[in-house]
Amino acid sequence: MILVLVDQDRGELDQLSLRALTAARKLGQDVEAVVIGKEGAALAGIVGEYGAKVLHVASHANITDYTPMASGRALKDLVEKLKPAAVLAAGSPRGNEQLAHLAAFLDLPMAAECSEITLGSPHHVLRARWAGNLIESANVHADILIATVLAFSTEPESANGSAATVVEFEPALEPQDYAVKVLSRDAGESKGGVTLVDAKVIVSGGRGVGGPDGFGQIEELATLLGGTVGCSRVVTSSGWRPHAEQVGQTGTKVAPDLYIAAGISGAMQHIAGMKNSKTIVVINTDPEAPILGYADYAIIGDLHQVIPALTSAIRQAKG
Amino acid sequence: MDVLVCLKRVPLAGGTLILTPDSRDIETKHLGFGISPHEENAVEAGVQLVEQMGGTLTLLTLGPSDAEEQLRSQLAIGATRAVLIETDGQEWDPQGTAAALVDAINAEETKFDLIIFGAESADSAGYQIHIRVAHALNRPIITNVKSMKIENGVAVCDRVVAAGREHYEVALPAIVTVRDGLNIPRYPSVPGRMQARKKPVDMKKAEARVPKLEKVVLTLAPSKSTGAEILGNGADAVPALVDILKKIGAF
Repeated sequence: MILVLVDQDRGELDQLSLRALTAARKLGQDVEAVVIGKEGAALAGIVGEYGAKVLHVASHANITDYTPMASGRALKDLVEKLKPAAVLAAGSPRGNEQLAHLAAFLDLPMAAECSEITLGSPHHVLRARWAGNLIESANVHADILIATVLAFSTEPESANGSAATVVEFEPALEPQDYAVKVLSRDAGESKGGVTLVDAKVIVSGGRGVGGPDGFGQIEELATLLGGTVGCSRVVTSSGWRPHAEQVGQTGTKVAPDLYIAAGISGAMQHIAGMKNSKTIVVINTDPEAPILGYADYAIIGDLHQVIPALTSAIRQAKG
Repeated sequence: MDVLVCLKRVPLAGGTLILTPDSRDIETKHLGFGISPHEENAVEAGVQLVEQMGGTLTLLTLGPSDAEEQLRSQLAIGATRAVLIETDGQEWDPQGTAAALVDAINAEETKFDLIIFGAESADSAGYQIHIRVAHALNRPIITNVKSMKIENGVAVCDRVVAAGREHYEVALPAIVTVRDGLNIPRYPSVPGRMQARKKPVDMKKAEARVPKLEKVVLTLAPSKSTGAEILGNGADAVPALVDILKKIGAF
């Protein structure tokens, strides 16, 4: 049996977890899911649809929000009871973190960011390194494989399954397990609306935008396409845009339907965060810019001419 | 306030990576070395804390003896001393690395109030060493921190997520991992560089363990094989792009 950690944030499903469930099904064994926090029980329908027969729900008075070490302890309790062949989660910051706690509790190896998994003795994985620019073929010497599934490496496919059977359990938490938990939140730098991770369209600007004022036209295009604004690292480190908008290994990894990169040459760190986008359009003055190697379509030219022309042409076409 | 920052020597690869003939490593003959991006923020945070509160900043790394270069350049930023756990130059797996770091930390006379890691390494990105160290030292850990204050023995931290900021607090001693954006790392001053030459770097040896996460071979990830279709130059190419955007249903 393969156990998949399905991540949820105050009752809301993490979409990458559906990809992890899909990847788990491909291993040819029964799939069961586990969710941390009792509000996760509401996910039995969707988790079942994606192929999990059982949804284990870790419920505890001290798990009221994201509490990563407690997640690790809950997973440990469950793994020791169920003895799955593998434990998988999405290769997201939270997926990697919670499984790392599990691996530390069990003193087992963990393979993060895997694009391919083969169970055996040893287990074998392909995993991303160097911001996804290198693929490592690795053996994992452990009875139970602990691995996270590289974001966007598997397309989510429904198994048309019926709702999973909910089995609640109470992990035996120690006080140190919930010493670190989310105490409060605020909207911070994010202006609300579509977040980068959920956006279907992202219009990103880089050094070529020239300064904070240049982002007006990027925002306008993004809004017109129902999307949101992204940017490269140099833009946030220059203080032109908030860090929450940074796409890349040190920012947010995204895979929208459409990614428009304007004035971004394509440092490895940036490419890692956007190369899985369905359609990539590049607007750049340099026909040799590395980002063109990842693009579907490109316009060679100055974004300050191309973007306003594009915005008005789309407005016209929309009528 | 005694702070420890853990670092990793990594090659400074530009746009294109080249592999060694046995495909087990990146060819570094023509590359310089540095530390992972988030770690520059980790050192800066450590230096600022010691400036504000007094105490010491110790650097710790595991790597080849050449990693002394990275320790010296960070000592020049303002760290007090450094410890280098010398390997045979081979990469160690996360469990072996964490165990060696834990042994070195336990061997220190200083009981560090705060241990800081970068959120992820530039090269292997295993997302676990900091957490294994936290478990072994029985300390709480907050990861991916983008703002941090120490107030009355409590680390007050924010982590940036898609929908905004999450707020955490934990009593010291603790471990945090920090991200790019936490602060603006300073450059070493000339006197800083001079002093760094004389600062102590303790060399230690540790036995390699049989890796449980065993690297077999590396390959370069393919870029899109077809390459981009060039639609044209400047604003003249806009109609072609509008057609494509319409076709893929972007509006």
